[in-house]
Amino acid sequence: MNFSSFLLMRQEILLLTIILLLLIGEIFIPKNKKSSLVHLALFLFGIHTVAGFYAIDESSIFGGSFQTNNLIHFFKNVLNIGVFILLLQSADWIEEKLINENRGAEFFLLLFSSLLGMYFMISAGDFLMFYIGLELSTLPVAALAAYETTKRKSSEAGIKLILSAALASGVSLFGISLLYATSGSIFFNDIIEVISSTNLTILGFILFLAGLSFKISLVPFHFWTADVYEGAPISIASYLSVISKGAAVFILMILMFTVFKPLIEVWENIVYVIALATMFIGNLFALRQQNMKRFLAFSSIAQAGFILLGLITGNQLGTATIVYFVMIYIFSNLAAFGVVQAISLKTGKENMDDYNGLYRTNPNLSLIMMLALFSLAGIPPAAGFFGKFFLFTAAASKGYYLLVFLGVVNVTISLYYYLLVVRAMFIRSNDNPIPSFKNKIYMRLGLAITVIGILALGLYSPLYDYIYELSSVFN
Amino acid sequence: MDILSLFVIVPVLTILTLGFTKGLKQARLVSMVGSFVQLGMAINLVFAYFKEKAVNDSIMVFTQDYLWFKHFNIHFATGVDGISVALLLLTSIIVLAGVFISWKMPDLPKEFFISLLVLSTGVYGFFISIDLFTMFVFYEIAVIPMYLLIGIWGSGPKEYSAMKLTLMLMGASAVLLVGILGIYFNSNADGGALTFNILEIAQVNIPFEAQKLFFPLTFIGFAVLGAMFPFHTWSPDGHASAPTAVSMLHAGVLMKLGGYGVFRIAMYLLPEGAMHWSWFFIILATIGVIYGALGAIRQTDLKYINAYASVSHLSLVLFALLTLNKVAWNGAILQSLSHGLLTAMFFALIGMVYGRTHTRDISKLGGLMKVLPFIGAIYVITGLAYLGLPGFSGFVAEMNIFVGAFENPSMFNRVLTIIAVSSIVVTAVYILRLVGKIMMGPLVNDEFKNLPTATWYEKAGIILLLIPILGLGVAPLWLSDMILESLQPFIQGVL
Repeated sequence: MNFSSFLLMRQEILLLTIILLLLIGEIFIPKNKKSSLVHLALFLFGIHTVAGFYAIDESSIFGGSFQTNNLIHFFKNVLNIGVFILLLQSADWIEEKLINENRGAEFFLLLFSSLLGMYFMISAGDFLMFYIGLELSTLPVAALAAYETTKRKSSEAGIKLILSAALASGVSLFGISLLYATSGSIFFNDIIEVISSTNLTILGFILFLAGLSFKISLVPFHFWTADVYEGAPISIASYLSVISKGAAVFILMILMFTVFKPLIEVWENIVYVIALATMFIGNLFALRQQNMKRFLAFSSIAQAGFILLGLITGNQLGTATIVYFVMIYIFSNLAAFGVVQAISLKTGKENMDDYNGLYRTNPNLSLIMMLALFSLAGIPPAAGFFGKFFLFTAAASKGYYLLVFLGVVNVTISLYYYLLVVRAMFIRSNDNPIPSFKNKIYMRLGLAITVIGILALGLYSPLYDYIYELSSVFN
Repeated sequence: MDILSLFVIVPVLTILTLGFTKGLKQARLVSMVGSFVQLGMAINLVFAYFKEKAVNDSIMVFTQDYLWFKHFNIHFATGVDGISVALLLLTSIIVLAGVFISWKMPDLPKEFFISLLVLSTGVYGFFISIDLFTMFVFYEIAVIPMYLLIGIWGSGPKEYSAMKLTLMLMGASAVLLVGILGIYFNSNADGGALTFNILEIAQVNIPFEAQKLFFPLTFIGFAVLGAMFPFHTWSPDGHASAPTAVSMLHAGVLMKLGGYGVFRIAMYLLPEGAMHWSWFFIILATIGVIYGALGAIRQTDLKYINAYASVSHLSLVLFALLTLNKVAWNGAILQSLSHGLLTAMFFALIGMVYGRTHTRDISKLGGLMKVLPFIGAIYVITGLAYLGLPGFSGFVAEMNIFVGAFENPSMFNRVLTIIAVSSIVVTAVYILRLVGKIMMGPLVNDEFKNLPTATWYEKAGIILLLIPILGLGVAPLWLSDMILESLQPFIQGVL
């Protein structure tokens, strides 16, 4: 253990430093200048995001508890970009609402702590580290979900999240203990060598899967999603749906493709069923939602189902397509949430009917929303099309044509409700439309980045090739 | 920049320019210039094609290949043969005519023309692609603007029609996607690499089991766009609600994607599957021919009449393709072109009539020939061409189709052919009745006496469509030769 191996944790150390700096800033910045805290946080996190692109060695430390390689590092960068966009989009909200109540700094501390937990989770080399990361990533979010203390729904969201999360992680922990009992180790590398499909191992695996499914909100562990999204502040709903889900998908994929690879015969079928259930239930429930946050909640459940189409392959193609899709999904969903956030902040309106006639008053926001929804629905030339097409290709490469077919049927179902929003914005008229307004610079920047991402990620093919090459590490 | 990629680049540039325009005048001017350039390019392409074909004997000419996604072997590959050249020309004519017809677009003109050109970009891209993935991308790009075009600028139950059309076509693309992936993962059957390239896949002997499974998927995926019974229901509703220019593009061009895809992808790449399944789909196509024609008789709305007539005529295209006969194939392509021009013309005229009388109900129309002589005369000409009168494009096409279809000695095919031929009579019934009622006949409404005659832009659109209609009827041979020559690889591959 020397200094250079410590640098493997550079991302984590940097983020921890930011947390500490913000804490110091909170103490020393005078009360009437507290809004500079937002700029400081954005600035520091911006530097952190850029610094993340500096390459890191592939190695592991702490006896294998903490591992990192290029793909993990890349994914942390993706998460960073996502969080950075999210901060840009919620900067106005923080400045207008939270700073006055003197709760701005805590917001950043909790958010960054959760992100730190995700770093540890996806870098985990054993189940202990994994579990610590999982808890660290969940608990602060529960506090954040209840952040709008004046709203009852927000408190409800916080309680719901923490109770469901506690149950899920308890189940997961029980699964881990069963795996430990059968294999005699908590290190991934040790387990890979001894794992076999005995009944106890399979039971342990299923319980473990339940815990992670909760975070990804796969059916049947999705019940918390819509309520929590609806009650929580929009930036937290957005965080839960993109960053938290993305990180959980990533670690699930790593574990399935390495530790549980010998059990592929077992989990193929499980994933098959869960994928179908998640897509269908997510999509069918989304059809009738009126509240935009609930709408996006069910949409994001359905999107998780599509991700499983890549997971079922268990190979390099699956890894690459999942990472690629998650990255596109982060950009698309952030764009959609960003628009919802901008409108909610100015007018307090969150229902689909309120969006009627939006194009006539706010053409730019409407166009961004449409692009985001088309990307989520998988309409070219938005990146979502490429992400979905490749996921389907990955599943078809293993011969799951029926699953692909049902998946594409779901794309069609999802198109219906995405078009409902487009219909509201472009076709319907409204006697009392949302007035025309201009966003502040941070929000505009946050939305602009997502738009560029949605357009560029799909058409710029070398990116996929790059991800594909990185993906070789887990196979 | 090569000659084919320009067909995507020019519309995209036009769209980008449109983004900066303000108001109706600028928007329509930019669209008109853009569409004019495309028409010029298409005409130029026809001449270039003949010149190139004289020295180059490959299946596709002007081929270009840019690697896109390396690991999936996805290319942006383009190339044309005689069939696609003809369809590109058709597209460019109808787009320009559509721009003229929409000269007075009152609401959100910029957005209208952008959507229209996005649609045309998708269609152009579809016809120049020889890579399945790229083709599929353009297919979706062509379909999705229809939602906005019908939803925003349509009439009647526009929200319903727009949603129905979009979902049915996207549902079809769901089936199609599985078919495409099935073809892709069998494209290495001869030991080569996986590929999306149509020309390469055509050389591969895809196993019969796979062909049997994936042919119906690919076929249905495209045929829904070609209004195959019983998946045609999106088409009449879509037509009826769409604004004029969109109906023109929709029936004139977009539905041709279906027939083209069926021929180029489903039948060409999966010939044994086509043999195996043709009996089933030809029955559906025959039902469509008759059903569409009978449906047209029962309708009272001008647009619905033409919509059902389109179902009938496009089912005839599918019918001809499925007879697996080269004369009938030639007829099918000619029918696609002829129907595209004639239907576009019909919808343009209906739009003009509707714009003046504010009704499309035939019981409330009558004697328009007296007050609108120009529109009336063109209407009669188009009607006569539509029912297949010799001297017009429709006759050449249908003649080829039925002669070719009857060549097949099997009883099954001959019976179906006879049934399909009877649609000609039905077509004559509704066209003549229509012309008699609304054009000739007594003037039913005195308010119609002061209807304004056609404006210059309406005339421009009509003449633009009329020239090729007459040209195709009088001198079909050059086109027929171009198509027949391009049918060679299909004849070798499929028959």
